[in-house]
Amino acid sequence: MDITLTIIGQSVAFFVFWWFCAKYVWPLFMDVMEERRQKIADGLEAAARAEKDLELAQAKSTDQLKVAKVEAAGIIDLANKRGSQIVDEAKDKAKEEAKRIIAGAQADIEQEVNRAKEALRAQVSAIAIAGAEKILEGSIDQAANEDMLNKLASEL
Amino acid sequence: MAELADAAHAAAEHGAEGQTVQEYITHHLSYLTYGKFPDGHWGLAHTPEEAVSMGFMSIHVDTMGWSLFIGAAFLLFFRYIGKRATSDVPSGIQNFVESIFEFVESQVNSGFNYKNPHVGPLCLTVFVWIILMNTMDLVPVDWIPEIAMAVGGLWGLEHMSFKVVPTTDPNITMGMSISVFFLILYYSVKNKGLGGFLSELAFHPFGKWMLPFNLIIEIPTLFAKPVSLGLRLFGNMYAGELLFLLISGLLGAYQLPAHFVWAVFHLLVVPLQAFVFMMLTIVYLNAAHEPVHADH
Repeated sequence: MDITLTIIGQSVAFFVFWWFCAKYVWPLFMDVMEERRQKIADGLEAAARAEKDLELAQAKSTDQLKVAKVEAAGIIDLANKRGSQIVDEAKDKAKEEAKRIIAGAQADIEQEVNRAKEALRAQVSAIAIAGAEKILEGSIDQAANEDMLNKLASEL
Repeated sequence: MAELADAAHAAAEHGAEGQTVQEYITHHLSYLTYGKFPDGHWGLAHTPEEAVSMGFMSIHVDTMGWSLFIGAAFLLFFRYIGKRATSDVPSGIQNFVESIFEFVESQVNSGFNYKNPHVGPLCLTVFVWIILMNTMDLVPVDWIPEIAMAVGGLWGLEHMSFKVVPTTDPNITMGMSISVFFLILYYSVKNKGLGGFLSELAFHPFGKWMLPFNLIIEIPTLFAKPVSLGLRLFGNMYAGELLFLLISGLLGAYQLPAHFVWAVFHLLVVPLQAFVFMMLTIVYLNAAHEPVHADH
């Protein structure tokens, strides 16, 4: 075995290459690996966050659905109430209208009756006078008769 | 061995350039060496004998060059990919590089229990660098040396050796394992203090009354770490290369199936040895960061 200066040369080369590798090669790959590790970690974190967000959104949506249901029930309730109120109001109005119509009709009837009575009265008084004239034939105090007849007519 | 030698002789007689198998293999196992000749001047060794005569004051241009080229190419490539990398879904080549990065990082995370941002880059460097150096073993053994010889011929170096697999050079593997050893010493002293480190050698495992025995056990254990680390890698790759050379040197035209079988097997060895080197580095450095045992 011939040991020569080569052994020293190789030792020097060993340390120089080591230095070069440590300074210019190793960090490049370390950085890339670290960066990739970070990227993957970020990705996983984002995925976890998205899942949580989804969960939250779902919870929120069910909550909102619940609120909406309650609200809707309230609105339906209100509408029902309002509806029945309107119906009631309409009923009341109708009743009133009916009453008014009935009252009008009665008033008409009364008027008609009164008119009929008036006519009747006039006719009766005429008949009565004619009758009395016939009975008494002549001497009758016109003024006293008139008075008596008016009294009679008002009693009719 | 006798059969092997016979086969070698038989093959040698069929050798295309009159080269014996021994010569072929020896040639493939020697280095392109630049160094200081015994007379004092520096230059390329033209023969293995010249290379040996240079002793320590020489450098293996081929393995050192490939090692530097491969290491630089790998780091620049990774940097290029890392620059363009995005944190989006990775595609193609980025995915490939990232998977290597993540593999190394997960090994460091599971094997290294302390905070030290420098260990990850160290392991990535060691793992990929060694894998690529080992992979040079799968390049057919004659391609690059033949090209090198052709090129070398231009300068009168037509018999030059040109080793392609840096990890079959003990200088390369030991260079790395000794660097790891220095890191073990550095981090041990840094984290345990010099006293803590020495007390681990002296008072462990048998307590202070058995100090000499402790030293006898612990010091070889300590020095065995870089030696085993470097020689394991060297041994595996050298044996693999040698087998490729034997197949190519002995079997002549029938070498292709044998090459294929051995290459498939070697395909396991290449990443496995890089992995073992990285894991042991992690284990050793982890031990260097461990607090001193309180029971002594």
